[in-house]
Amino acid sequence: MKLLKLVPDNTNIKFLRWRGPFYVISLLLMAASLGLVFTKGLNLGVDFIGGQMIRVTFTQSAEAPVAPLRSEIEALGYGEPIIQRYGKPNEISIRMKLPEGADHDSGLSDKMARTITADIKAKHADARVDGVDSVSGKVSGELWHSAVLSLGLAALAVAAYIWLRFEWQFGVGALFSLVHDVTLTLGMFAVTQIEFDLTIVAALLTLIGYSLNDTIVVYDRIRENLKKYRKMPMPELLDLSVNETLHRTLATSLSMLITLTALLLLGPGVIFGFTAAITLGIFVGTYSSIYMAAPILIWLKVTSKSFVPTESALDKQERLAREGA
Amino acid sequence: MLEFSRLKVIWLWVITLVAAAAAIPSITATMGVALPAGIYAPKVNLGLDLAGGSHILLEADPSQVRQQRIEGMDESVRNKLKQANPDIRISDISNRDGALTFLVEDPSKVDAVREAILPLTNGAGLTGARDWTINVIDGNRFMLTPTQEGIDLAVAQAMETAVEVVRKRIDALGTREPTIIRSGPNRIVVQVPGLQDPQALKNLLGQTAKLEFKLVDTTALQSDIQRGVAPPGSEIVPYAPGKDGGPVGSIAVKRLGGIRGDQLTNAQVTNNQQTNEPQVAITFNTEGGARFAKLTTQNVNKPFAIILDGKVLSAPNINEPILGGSAVISGNFTTQAASNLAISLRSGALPVDLKVVEERTVGPDLGADSIRKGMIAMAVGTLALVAFILAVYGRFGMYACIALVFNVLMILGIMALIGTTLTLPGIAGFVLTIGAAVDANVLINERIREERHRGRRVFQAVEMGYKEASRAIFDANITNVIAAVSMAAFGTGPVRGFAIVLLIGIATSVFTAVTMTRMWVAQWLRKARPTEIAL
Repeated sequence: MKLLKLVPDNTNIKFLRWRGPFYVISLLLMAASLGLVFTKGLNLGVDFIGGQMIRVTFTQSAEAPVAPLRSEIEALGYGEPIIQRYGKPNEISIRMKLPEGADHDSGLSDKMARTITADIKAKHADARVDGVDSVSGKVSGELWHSAVLSLGLAALAVAAYIWLRFEWQFGVGALFSLVHDVTLTLGMFAVTQIEFDLTIVAALLTLIGYSLNDTIVVYDRIRENLKKYRKMPMPELLDLSVNETLHRTLATSLSMLITLTALLLLGPGVIFGFTAAITLGIFVGTYSSIYMAAPILIWLKVTSKSFVPTESALDKQERLAREGA
Repeated sequence: MLEFSRLKVIWLWVITLVAAAAAIPSITATMGVALPAGIYAPKVNLGLDLAGGSHILLEADPSQVRQQRIEGMDESVRNKLKQANPDIRISDISNRDGALTFLVEDPSKVDAVREAILPLTNGAGLTGARDWTINVIDGNRFMLTPTQEGIDLAVAQAMETAVEVVRKRIDALGTREPTIIRSGPNRIVVQVPGLQDPQALKNLLGQTAKLEFKLVDTTALQSDIQRGVAPPGSEIVPYAPGKDGGPVGSIAVKRLGGIRGDQLTNAQVTNNQQTNEPQVAITFNTEGGARFAKLTTQNVNKPFAIILDGKVLSAPNINEPILGGSAVISGNFTTQAASNLAISLRSGALPVDLKVVEERTVGPDLGADSIRKGMIAMAVGTLALVAFILAVYGRFGMYACIALVFNVLMILGIMALIGTTLTLPGIAGFVLTIGAAVDANVLINERIREERHRGRRVFQAVEMGYKEASRAIFDANITNVIAAVSMAAFGTGPVRGFAIVLLIGIATSVFTAVTMTRMWVAQWLRKARPTEIAL
């Protein structure tokens, strides 16, 4: 049986020739993402800004009647609802601010939830209430705080680990490509306005772990080649390393994307945003391991002197055999 | 690297098969197949977001505990100084503004006072830290401030009691398998699977159930009460809102001379034989009964107020001394309210008020829907992945795919064995792990292919492949572990469930994708002795 080859043998694409333009594009994308996050903002869910969220599925309808719902709920006098589809078109979440004084008397927010769900059920026979979340301002503030903290600490921890295992330049490179991946993913959330909740933070943390996988494989190969080809100029050596690992990078990323696509298209709607974040992150992570993590080593002046040469037992055996011959 | 002793092979298979077999009960459960009774069948618990149910986060206010301590100290100091011989007179007593202050009328007795109250301020903790600091201002004004250590300890004790009380109350509701755990210094998480309407539960938990009997101050003028002015030594207490037609407004009760209703052995809902209204019959323990007898004997023909959580339930007349150690509380109750009160009184008063700060309820349909969709996505994703891996890596891909199947079973089995909970993001964690698990095999196979290109012989190339790839596999998995651990530390419920699946998946995938495939490949190489491999 003939096996499928994702890239031909001895591929030698000059990736690094384009490192300048790609860096400029990436930096611009990062700036744009940050700009969007600060101007347009993330669509923060009740987990992070407090309030009440009611999830409703309209089991017999192809699409949820968003516009009528909006006016019906507004007529109840609790203020303006944020109604948003998630997953399938007939699945929606309704978000409301908690009523005045609910911080002291949780009965008030209960009453609001009851009034709204009863109203929806009365007017839409096929409405199925799938859940009600009420989060007070105090708790949501803490959740936001710990989310930001855990993202920052996780990124620093993995970068520190890379530094420990490689050299400081590699740690900086890993950290930079992490920041790049997370920033672009945040940018996607600002553009699409998909609800940003606790599970999205979990997705970003996952990303911090997984998007580094490619980077590590490339770095591992760069280190190996630095010891092996001590006279090769850096850009050439990086190109060689990226090309040598290219088939593996593609195979791994495709494996992840195959399963994630299945989850995105067929999986539960409630975690659509979560899956979307990881999928995009894997995609961006593959790119950044080639174009962000590797070239930065040139600018940080990594040379073969950064590593002490070592020779594996097998290599030595072969060399001796060659010399003997 | 490719040497496997017979013993090692047996061990690896035992581990794999035991862990994989532990997944069987969970799988048969979702398929609706009943296993024979009596065999050990651990199952993966489903989180609230999959099984449906209610999650409630309750919070106590530490400043309330502080105020309680100051008021308690107020009472202790008064009693102590009253017992002193000759008695020491103090005045201008205030327990507001976070401290207890009072004036010793005879400045020469300041030292005597200090000596008398010193034992009251010793810490109960093991650290020897003082629970209170004593300051004397202007020569004869005492100021007692509770220390932070003392308050922290008191909060911790109060929360411990509160968890017990909450547990008793939820058990009384008859709900199944609630989870009740402390969270942080002053919070309690309550999770009740299957509970769709948490209202009844919240009513029950919102009731502190501090019961007091106080004498009504009959001298107070109605006009003063309406203005909120109480006669000296008395306080104004409002009536509890009951059913329609009950008494409204407030009454004045005497601050001192009442008793607390915390020494009960039982509380039951009964019906008043004349009015047929629900009421709560309480039974005191011996000490409480004696106190109640004393109160009612000394105050025959006077009204006394039954006060629950600072609200008057009723203020009946004491017609005769009540000596039997039991009493009836009527209070214009609905049946539900009477039943809640009985449960609350039986379970004891909460030492602090608990407030709901977060509440999540999930309907049962969404969870079932999510499990079904998650399984479909997993099946389709796995099949597509298997096809891809077989196409790219042939025989070596086949080993990777077999490892993948064992990997999924082992994750499920280990989750069942250690009793973790599968949540909705956890399902995504499964799918993600499947995609990521083959990464190790990809790395190994690529390396073998490379070594072959360099001209190494098959056996050596395979050996080098496993050896050289393991470094990158190790590093990549460590970063995943770091991410998953920070997620477990940060996350609550569903997110933590996801992190746990990732962590277990990382461990099992290294085991199946590296160790097990190496064993299979080694066995094949030994048997077939190929001189060429397709990669």
